[in-house]
Amino acid sequence: MFIVDYLKEVYSAVKSLLVGLNRTGYYFTHHKEIITEEYPDNRETLVLPERFRGEVVMTHDENNEHACTGCSACELACPNGTIKIINKFDISPEGKKKKAIDTFVYHLELCTMCGLCVEACPTAAINMANTFEHSVFNRGLLTKRLNNPDSKLKAGVE
Amino acid sequence: MFSLESLTTLVQDWLTKTFPPLVALLFEFVIVGVLAIALFAALGLVLVLMERKVAAWIQIRLGPNRVGPKGIFQSAADTVKLIMKEGLTPDGADKFLFNLAPYIVMMVAMLVLAPIGFAKGFHIWDINIGVLYVSAISSVSVIGILMAGWASNNKYSLLGAMRSGAQMVSYELSVGLSVLSIIVLTGSLNINDIVLSQQNGWWIFKAHIPAIISFVIFIIAVTAETNRAPFDLSEAESELTAGFHTEYSGMKFALFFLAEYINIFIVCAIGATLFLGGWMPFHIGNWESFNHIMDYIPSFIWFFGKTFFLIFLIMWFRWTFPRLRVDQLLNLEWKYLLPISMVNLIVMTLVAIKGWHF
Repeated sequence: MFIVDYLKEVYSAVKSLLVGLNRTGYYFTHHKEIITEEYPDNRETLVLPERFRGEVVMTHDENNEHACTGCSACELACPNGTIKIINKFDISPEGKKKKAIDTFVYHLELCTMCGLCVEACPTAAINMANTFEHSVFNRGLLTKRLNNPDSKLKAGVE
Repeated sequence: MFSLESLTTLVQDWLTKTFPPLVALLFEFVIVGVLAIALFAALGLVLVLMERKVAAWIQIRLGPNRVGPKGIFQSAADTVKLIMKEGLTPDGADKFLFNLAPYIVMMVAMLVLAPIGFAKGFHIWDINIGVLYVSAISSVSVIGILMAGWASNNKYSLLGAMRSGAQMVSYELSVGLSVLSIIVLTGSLNINDIVLSQQNGWWIFKAHIPAIISFVIFIIAVTAETNRAPFDLSEAESELTAGFHTEYSGMKFALFFLAEYINIFIVCAIGATLFLGGWMPFHIGNWESFNHIMDYIPSFIWFFGKTFFLIFLIMWFRWTFPRLRVDQLLNLEWKYLLPISMVNLIVMTLVAIKGWHF
């Protein structure tokens, strides 16, 4: 019957509205858990999730060794030309020429933090850091060299 | 016991004793004008801050907390910013109407303030058709909004203004019918009489279910009439940037913004007067001692407490419900609210005639 359907509709509408009001009313009356951060004040204690993608860094161990073989898979994976790898050729003791990385150029100003380079890296040499305060007054400072000076390839990484 | 009535009689006596009657009347006009403007300014500051805090708490945020302790000076800082800004008039706009519109909206808000009883014996103008006056004047504000939308020479503004017009015309009916259902019970349009008729209990309790239904309809319809979410189709920032006040800036924008909050205050004051007893303390039937204790709380505290409770209710709606589409908006009014409030009015009339209320 029409009038029954009508009343049912009104009833269910009012009920669903009350459910919504109950939810927001619960949040209003339980003002303890705050999901926002008071950012500049809590800089010291700020905890970012591990998946947060701030910038690309290259991990170096205590012997100043990294795992980058200079394969340029990251350079190919990058959608907007953020990474430029400059290679050199080392001469091994046996007299063989071996490809090694000279400079890992990273343009932070072009980076969209998509993380495709990290996924493409076969040796897990680079990863995304949690830092996010990247503002500088000189644009040139955003072009970074990721491998430390005098660093070399970790033994055993091919 | 402190009451505002003694204060007003004191001022009145002093003025009539010291000055000739005409000058005394003029002085009273000035005092009332200054008080009204002060109330507007204070309400604007308090309500904007309250809205932002309520929104923040509902969304599990902190809200404004930088300017002053707990952010209480945030809205004052915003006002100073708006005053300093340039009030731009677009080149293609109808300059006269464009500049007139915010003042019309503001003046309407000021006019509606006149018959409201703020406390026992404390109102600007005690006319015998108070409720009719309020419902008549409050619909003039749509002219200001239409004027703003038309004069801006902007398609978004015009769309927002047209929507606002359609919305006001339709929701005025439900407001009128739900107000009528209380008028049926009191038999008077005078706001003071309506408050006094709730001496032994508020109408929302005394006239049980029909009063509750008309209260709910009243709240829904006035939310629509003040153009607030979930009925903010005339502003609809995600569709129409800001609707009818897209082109306004600086103090002219602030006047629209202020008028919105003043209108909320006024409709909530009317709602509190009709359903929750205005400045009348919480009385239960013939419990003399209980009623006497309640009388110790000053009447203006009761009035503002009830009004702010209703304002909170409307804010709660705003931050809970999503915006309606235009067709849904008109469906809600013409297919649901209007028939229900008509049936409710008939039931209420029956209740009033048979004396089934307490």
